[in-house]
Amino acid sequence: MRVYLDNNATTKIDPLVRVKMQPFFEELYGNPNSLHQYGMEVRPHLNKAMGEMYDALNVPDKDDILITSCATESNNAVLKGVFFQHILKNPEKNHIVTSSVEHPAIIETLMFLSDYGVDVTYVDVDDNGGISAQAVKDAVTDKTILISMMWANNETGMIFPVEEVSAFAKEKGILFHTDAVQAIGKVHVDLTKVDVDYLTFSAHKFHGPKGVGGLYVKKGKTLPNLLHGGEQMGGKRAGTLNVAYIVGMGLAMRQAANHVEKMNTDVRRLRDKLEDALAKISDTIVVGPREKRTPNTLLISLRGIEGEAMLWDLNRAGIAASTGSACASESLHANPVMSAIGEDPELAHTAMRLSLSRFTTEEEIDYTIELFTKAAERLRSISSTYAYTNEAG
Amino acid sequence: MQVYMDNNATTMVDPQVLEAMLPYFTEQYGNPNSLHKFGTASHPAITKAIDQVYTAINAADADDIIFTSCATESNNWVLQSVWLDKIVNGDKNHIVTTEIEHPSVLATCRFLEEQGVKVTYLPVNEQGVVEAHTVKSFITEKTALVSVMWANNETGMIFPIQEIGEICKEKGVLFHTDGVQAVGKIPVDMQAVHVDFMSMSAHKFHGPKGIGALYIKDSQDLSPLLHGGEHMGGRRSGTLNVPYIIGMGKAMELATENIEEKMAKISAQRDRLEDALLEAIPETFTVGDRSNRTPNTILISIRGVEGEGMLWDLNHGQIGASTGSACASADLEANTVMLAIGADNELAHTGIRLSLSRFTTDEEVEYVIEHFKGAVLRLRSISSSYAKVKPTAGGEVQECELHHH
Repeated sequence: MRVYLDNNATTKIDPLVRVKMQPFFEELYGNPNSLHQYGMEVRPHLNKAMGEMYDALNVPDKDDILITSCATESNNAVLKGVFFQHILKNPEKNHIVTSSVEHPAIIETLMFLSDYGVDVTYVDVDDNGGISAQAVKDAVTDKTILISMMWANNETGMIFPVEEVSAFAKEKGILFHTDAVQAIGKVHVDLTKVDVDYLTFSAHKFHGPKGVGGLYVKKGKTLPNLLHGGEQMGGKRAGTLNVAYIVGMGLAMRQAANHVEKMNTDVRRLRDKLEDALAKISDTIVVGPREKRTPNTLLISLRGIEGEAMLWDLNRAGIAASTGSACASESLHANPVMSAIGEDPELAHTAMRLSLSRFTTEEEIDYTIELFTKAAERLRSISSTYAYTNEAG
Repeated sequence: MQVYMDNNATTMVDPQVLEAMLPYFTEQYGNPNSLHKFGTASHPAITKAIDQVYTAINAADADDIIFTSCATESNNWVLQSVWLDKIVNGDKNHIVTTEIEHPSVLATCRFLEEQGVKVTYLPVNEQGVVEAHTVKSFITEKTALVSVMWANNETGMIFPIQEIGEICKEKGVLFHTDGVQAVGKIPVDMQAVHVDFMSMSAHKFHGPKGIGALYIKDSQDLSPLLHGGEHMGGRRSGTLNVPYIIGMGKAMELATENIEEKMAKISAQRDRLEDALLEAIPETFTVGDRSNRTPNTILISIRGVEGEGMLWDLNHGQIGASTGSACASADLEANTVMLAIGADNELAHTGIRLSLSRFTTDEEVEYVIEHFKGAVLRLRSISSSYAKVKPTAGGEVQECELHHH
């Protein structure tokens, strides 16, 4: 049996999405910016896909949704756009507040901008891997121009207080951006309820293709382009439109919105079943209260078991999991979120993330429980640190 | 019959390319940065695709090729990062480019001008080409970068990349070329020219839209444009678009293998089309010597026939053509290249670009010739500007211009 439990890293394309995209390679291949039939015949499909995205976020037509090549591009576009539009022109307001557990696309971009006079405050997570709205508010100063806080964390699944922080930002006249990559399709993302200026999303996290993402921009909050060039996207993001993927993302986003209920009932039940079973293994810690997490995510730490070794055992059994963000997973660093919540490095090296999808089955979960438990026993039996810990403890 | 003759705007995905990509959507869908089998399963195919790209442009092992989301991103990356590395954090302040670069180069240059960079936009000669000595004469000690396209999208004219490369090498100036219209149409051998950076785009050679690449000579330093994870050695962040990477590799291989044969076939068809149109229709002009053009491209001007009107008639006949760059075709401005080579405004509104591909058939060429002739006759018969121009043989250019404004 093969079980894919790494859906926070990437997801399988929904077969319906693949079928929807296929005609746009060999048949409907025109450049939608062309004036002839080949170009024009793809436009209704693009319009429909854009409509699906507007509906999924529940935003009005006057706002922009820009199509990008990925969430990394969207995040770069917001941070550098704010830099060029605001900070460069008014260095008095040069402060950005973010969390210490943002995606590398945020952290690395802010580190880059800090070389150019941007002052950044990284708000730490609490013991549960959560962010308190108060901590964000406390970090804000008179110089703050932007708060960038993810909607849900990729590693723990912890949902951050976007509603309260966005309301606070609005009251203070501070721009608010949220990286909602891990939220779309897992929780309700309704922008009539949460007032954001910028929101990042990525198709491949909700069963769309890799290589296409989006950036929501509220009316009146337009930023300079990251990619300058042609008149695509109303001149706000240049580059020939990736028609197939845009059409695919539209359908994937509609499907994701339609399946939020299923994620919070069926998938949540499977996740809880898995979590309850694995938590029975001695000396394990699950990060964050489950009701505050996205319904598909579980980050579990097993004392004495190196995460990479566990990954290897699971992999041999056909189970795909992760020790943390795939964007950093070749580096074998300690899990940054575990480190951020204050766990010692040894424990931080033992974290395993299991992330389900709406395609996950009960059989797959039962199989994983069985194999995971066996692997934990095997690895502990040969673990020098675990034996040492037990004797010492 | 449906005839697609707008292959400089975008191309059909080759069925073999689609076939190569399909398994990577729903079967091999892992994130290649993941350590498990779902992730590592795609590694051999990605490696193969990278090899195909290196082979297609004869890049050296020491060079880097980084996948991007499109040539627009590649162009923005080079210009914005050279600005940071050599101008903001260096002692240079000048960029040399041409008047007829792709909008992604020109718009980025305008953005850099707002940041205080001096940009020289070189003119083209009556052939629509920038001459190497012109480039040389505008390089100063403050010049950080020269950016000149390898071949022009609208005319197909090929620029003297080898000579410009030598000049840049001698002057110690970085050289970027937008190779979008060259790769897959003419031989591109990175070991035969001195180019520091080259942009490429898959959808111009029967690969998918939404993926491109940047060639970086000797893997030299260039700050990233997209900061983030550790993808592509930290040079370009973002989860890898696995199917499109595989598709781009395959498309490049298919486009460049036996390229001389492919060029011979396409240029024979192109020449047949061009000769037939020039012979049959009076007062038509094509831009640039054929011998120095990409083998698939014709930019033809028909006095008295508004380009948009012609496009409409052709479209009615199921023929996809263009009045110029699709990136700018939603606005009905005069063809910028035509203006740059010194055509008057009226003539610049009459440019029609026909661009063939290796999938173009002889029957399609004959169909276009017949339909094109008929369309010109019809449009000239109702053209106010053509009627006015004809009797006085060009003496009323001013009046023609009035017609357009």
